[in-house]
Amino acid sequence: MADTEFDVVVIGGGPGGYVAAIRAAQLKLKVAVVESTHLGGICLNWGCIPTKALLRSSEINHLLHNLPEFGFSADNIRFDLAAIVKRSRGVSKQLASGVGHLLKKNKVPVFDGRGKLAGTAGDKRRVAVTKDGKDVATLTAKHVILATGARARVLPGLEPDGKLVWSYREAMVPDAMPRRLLVIGSGAIGIEFASFFRNMGAEVTVAEVVDRILPVEDEEIAAFAAKQFEKQGIRILTGAKIGTPEKKDGSVLVEIESGGKKEKLEFDRIISAVGIVGNVEDLGLDGTKVKVEKTHVLIDEFCRTGEPGVYAIGDLAGAPWLAHKASHEGVLCVEKIAGLDVHPIDWTNIPGCTYCRPQVASVGLTEAKAKATGHEVKVGRFPFIGNGKAIAMGEPEGMVKTVFDAKTGELLGAHMVGAEVTEMIQGYVIARTLETTETELMHSVFPHPTVSETMHESVLGAFNQAIHF
Amino acid sequence: MPVNILMPALSPTMTEGTLARWLKKEGDAVASGDVIAEIETDKATMEVEAVDEGILGRILVADGTEGVKVNEPIGVLVAEGEAVPAGAAEASIAPAPAAVAKDQGGAKPAADGAAGTAKPDTAAGVPAKAPAAHATATAAPAAGGRVFASPLAKRIAKEAGIELGALKGSGPNGRVIRADVEAAKSAPKTAPAPAPTPAAAPPRPVAAPAIAAPHQKLPNSNMRRTIARRLTESKQQVPHFYVSMDIELDALLKLRSQLNAASPADGPGTFKLSVNDMLIKACAVALRRVPKVNASYTDEAIILYDEVDISVAVSMPDGLITPIVRSADRKSLSEIHREAFGLIRRAREGKLKPEEFQGGGFSISNMGMYGVRDFSAIINPPQGAILAVGAGEKRAVVKNDQLAIATVMTCTLSVDHRVIDGALAAEWMAALKAIVENPLSLVV
Repeated sequence: MADTEFDVVVIGGGPGGYVAAIRAAQLKLKVAVVESTHLGGICLNWGCIPTKALLRSSEINHLLHNLPEFGFSADNIRFDLAAIVKRSRGVSKQLASGVGHLLKKNKVPVFDGRGKLAGTAGDKRRVAVTKDGKDVATLTAKHVILATGARARVLPGLEPDGKLVWSYREAMVPDAMPRRLLVIGSGAIGIEFASFFRNMGAEVTVAEVVDRILPVEDEEIAAFAAKQFEKQGIRILTGAKIGTPEKKDGSVLVEIESGGKKEKLEFDRIISAVGIVGNVEDLGLDGTKVKVEKTHVLIDEFCRTGEPGVYAIGDLAGAPWLAHKASHEGVLCVEKIAGLDVHPIDWTNIPGCTYCRPQVASVGLTEAKAKATGHEVKVGRFPFIGNGKAIAMGEPEGMVKTVFDAKTGELLGAHMVGAEVTEMIQGYVIARTLETTETELMHSVFPHPTVSETMHESVLGAFNQAIHF
Repeated sequence: MPVNILMPALSPTMTEGTLARWLKKEGDAVASGDVIAEIETDKATMEVEAVDEGILGRILVADGTEGVKVNEPIGVLVAEGEAVPAGAAEASIAPAPAAVAKDQGGAKPAADGAAGTAKPDTAAGVPAKAPAAHATATAAPAAGGRVFASPLAKRIAKEAGIELGALKGSGPNGRVIRADVEAAKSAPKTAPAPAPTPAAAPPRPVAAPAIAAPHQKLPNSNMRRTIARRLTESKQQVPHFYVSMDIELDALLKLRSQLNAASPADGPGTFKLSVNDMLIKACAVALRRVPKVNASYTDEAIILYDEVDISVAVSMPDGLITPIVRSADRKSLSEIHREAFGLIRRAREGKLKPEEFQGGGFSISNMGMYGVRDFSAIINPPQGAILAVGAGEKRAVVKNDQLAIATVMTCTLSVDHRVIDGALAAEWMAALKAIVENPLSLVV
């Protein structure tokens, strides 16, 4: 019988849970992970990682269809969808097994099953682990971290059926390329699928309820991205009212009202990407002081719930629904448990990345949010068309926007659209974490020629000192 | 509908202040633009103007109340015939403040005899300063003594006039981050040192016996508290010692008459140099000749200032302040005259900007116009020295073994022994004496 007494038990082995467990082990806390399905969670298995593999394939497809621009020619360009999907699944598998090795290396036992709070034993909490309805183990720990993540929100009438209506899960393993695809929802997940299928040649329509796509991004950046998508042939319907789909044999009829026009459109597949709901069920929260609001557990800045000794991190604990936010919360939560001097989390300093073509990345406040929160702002913008490297790479579509507090010079937010911006946003994240002002950013030497020079120029631009624009 | 009159912010960094007095009584009619109250910070007194008209229905914060938070309701304005609420009106119905602060100038117009003269007449050597020891914050890097702070924290601290070195950093390895500065800004009462507060201000009375004799109480103004705190700090922490010298003024007075006679009768170029203007220049030249006196002590290093910036103590009805004549050694006498004249006038009007009185490397306090023969001044930290100037008077002197008459003033240099030793102080005084007694170097 395995040891069942711990300092910390983490329920959920996703990017929040397994990272929290490894950090706890580093801090010499006795820790266990309870995971029901797959280590690495949605991120590694059905989210961030496999979609990046798919998107890489679709970028290659895009390049192959634009070879003459770079001085190549090729005939008979085709793709093997099964091989593309297989590669994506392989990448997930490789990384998920890597998580298993990491936990083993840190001597963190993993209990296979679903964990739930099951009362207390003295000053400790019990966690009951069950598998297929059978009790597997009862663990005790002083601290329990809930990290069970979230799942796709299901709209009535748009329940994924695995055939005509897909959730992210089916969309990731298509057996055939749909000719006509409707993506409902234009957040990061919806837009990435739209971009993937469009670059693979599908006719893609994106329907969004609110009046613009990428609703959490800066308005100007979202508008820039929308223009690029439309140029690529993606149809975007904003302010859309979507009727109940009429399923036919192999296709779906959907009535969509947008811009005062009602249309009845036929699609081969629908992807529903309308947000997520937290996995708050069956965690044994009844009778505890853990508060749940709109399917998410309420926490304070150190991830503590209302119940002493119970913590929540990641998607379960609310927006932004991002793996790196979950990991960061996991580390911070455990360090606080271990008694380290921890700074509370700053949720405004979590970067967001969307890996469509062109990519979108941002951190901090949008211009509108900055103004709404009372800042007097200085805004800098720099287009990729003014950047040598971007033009040389054949990626001249993009821009960087920076928002500064006019009084203090604080970098309030940075917003980027264009090639490789997801790799560059960290520069601004570091700047914000170090509390730099425009002065230090201006004095930093950016290497030439790189796309990152646009980041420098945008800062200069906010103070009317841009050189190349 | 009742409208709250809110405590206005005199500056973006002000969090609280003293409601000095109401100029209207409950029941008085108030027209838009009427001055209804005066409020005070350590730097300035401001008038509060009504922006609405009505009746001052209720005074919520009495005269002389200290530590009134910005935006706290201080009174309620009601319409004619309207019921007066017992307390503040509900916040939702008073979205706009019913009063604004008007920069009246720091001090009320001086009513005493000293006012109106252009000469700096000072009471004591140490000026009232803004809470921030600005000079320290800027001097530290020059000394190589580095305060680890984020750039944003540095900038916000600078704007708020908070000394970074006094803050405890909560960032990695004790780095001062924005949150630390904001905490110091919003909670001055618990801040380590910078802001003068009622709690921190009094010069730590060492169990002073209770005063039993019949008396009246004059509430301490914020400027008074700042003076008390800074002078106490200086006398307690700075090892003072004093070097006095008699300096003959006849040559300087003669030069002054010649120069003033050369002034155009009227027009923009006119000037009328005072003895004080010439002494500012003389001190500046002496500091350039003996630069080690233009210095400050810090634990890391001695700071030697590049520029010769001279603080001139100016008395005000309720205290004193030290505007700065910057780079005085490089300015002509007429430039110094114009600048000092303007600074002193604006000091008395309370209109100095912080940068005009924060900093400086050396101070002059002149009490000659009061007939004072000699006195010693208290050093204005972090400066290393202050010169106390007595009255120029005819005295019997011995010249070539003969009795003679000369106009003589006694000057006393107070120095911080940590940075200036006796021989150095004497060397500087000798340099000053040589310059004043052979004043042509003031005009070259």
